Amino acid sequence: MGKRELMLLIEVLPNKCDFCGCCVGVCPEDAIELKEAEIKIDADLCTNCSKCVWSCPIEVLKFNKPQKKG
Amino acid sequence: MKKEYDVIVVGGGPAGSMAARFAAEQGVSVLMLEKDRDIGYPVRCGEAVSKAGIEEFIEPNEAFISATIDKFGMIAPDGTEVVLPLEQIGYMLERRVFDYELAKQASSRGVEILTRAYVNGLLFENEKVSGVKYEYKGEQHELKCKVLIAADGVESRVGRWAGIKTHIDFREMESCVQYTVSNIDVDPNTLLFYFGKDVAPEGYFWIFPKRNRSANIGLGVSGEIGKKKSAQTYLNTFMDKHYPDAPILTQIAGGVPSSITLEKISAPGIILVGDAARQVNPLSGGGIVSGMIGGKIGGTVVGEAIKKNDLNHILTYDKAWHDRLGKRHEIFERLKNGIYNFSDEKFNSIAHAFSKVPFEKRTLENIFKTALINKPSLLIDIAKVFIIK
Repeated sequence: MGKRELMLLIEVLPNKCDFCGCCVGVCPEDAIELKEAEIKIDADLCTNCSKCVWSCPIEVLKFNKPQKKG
Repeated sequence: MKKEYDVIVVGGGPAGSMAARFAAEQGVSVLMLEKDRDIGYPVRCGEAVSKAGIEEFIEPNEAFISATIDKFGMIAPDGTEVVLPLEQIGYMLERRVFDYELAKQASSRGVEILTRAYVNGLLFENEKVSGVKYEYKGEQHELKCKVLIAADGVESRVGRWAGIKTHIDFREMESCVQYTVSNIDVDPNTLLFYFGKDVAPEGYFWIFPKRNRSANIGLGVSGEIGKKKSAQTYLNTFMDKHYPDAPILTQIAGGVPSSITLEKISAPGIILVGDAARQVNPLSGGGIVSGMIGGKIGGTVVGEAIKKNDLNHILTYDKAWHDRLGKRHEIFERLKNGIYNFSDEKFNSIAHAFSKVPFEKRTLENIFKTALINKPSLLIDIAKVFIIK
């Protein structure tokens, strides 16, 4: 759980990323870390706004609907 | 490596190399850091440029020129194809060689270069940027500089850390995919642009020829379109229909920040150049030459500032950029907004009208005029970009 008490709902699907940086460029929170071949979302900063999901050209990022607490 | 540099450049693309070169030409010490292992690779680009554009920086050479372009082809949604001669010759580049040559050119002016150096933070002194934190082969380092030049591309994080608002609205990010394919029949001298909601809504789909029957084939879509359908899905549909068996040599993804320049591209101790500053031509999506121009202006201003020991001089970079290209990009932005939301019927009717014009009388200016005949304010913009050069 991050500082904002939000559950991270954005998922980076494994083995699909091309490390192009579209998601980083549109992220309003600077919550995405991109190295040469490594991508990470910072759960403390991400607000689940999904702009990165819409801007990914190759469907690497996914918004997972929150599951109801059982 | 030195313990401290006058200038550190973050990013080894064309804008970074030119910023480094022109700063070094002022006689200051420059280090360029690149996060990837290679300069120039992976390539994330359609690779088309104007001849005049690159000649300002480097003599054209076969090693990095894959094709010479003298025609522009528009394919309307109904398949009508209109080809017109270009007044200005263009080139298709081999970016992986081109970027290397630019970096070598910078190094010949004394620029030091380090790849695999990932910048992940900034140093500050009295609220002025004073250096970088970077990771190199698993170890964390710090390095001071008088001025930092952020050429870190579409991500543009370095500027954010310095307090400049760099993130781009998702509707203005053109998220692209491109295949380089071989063994296909394409005219080796024509850039082809496909329009229409089925192939590339609110943008264009491209086939740009490269040597030996190969070509870059791709498209970009804005985040607004991407909500419903990704660029990859559009490309798959096109390839299945037109080139189902074409050998694919390269697949890449990449983002084009398709907007006007950032409101602010300098701050105490730092300037931004290239895609990081949003110096892309928003109409064409071309960012190589404009980024190199940004790098040249920025690098020169930074070099001068250090030489005359007046670091406030770097703040004149904003105006110098706007006078050279920034204002022009505002016109291109208006044209983009006037054109890319056309209906398929409108694109068809433009192609039909234009196909009646004799080949030698076809010009890009005329096709824009045909397209925007009902938008007088944009006709003035066309006059500004085509007549007042």
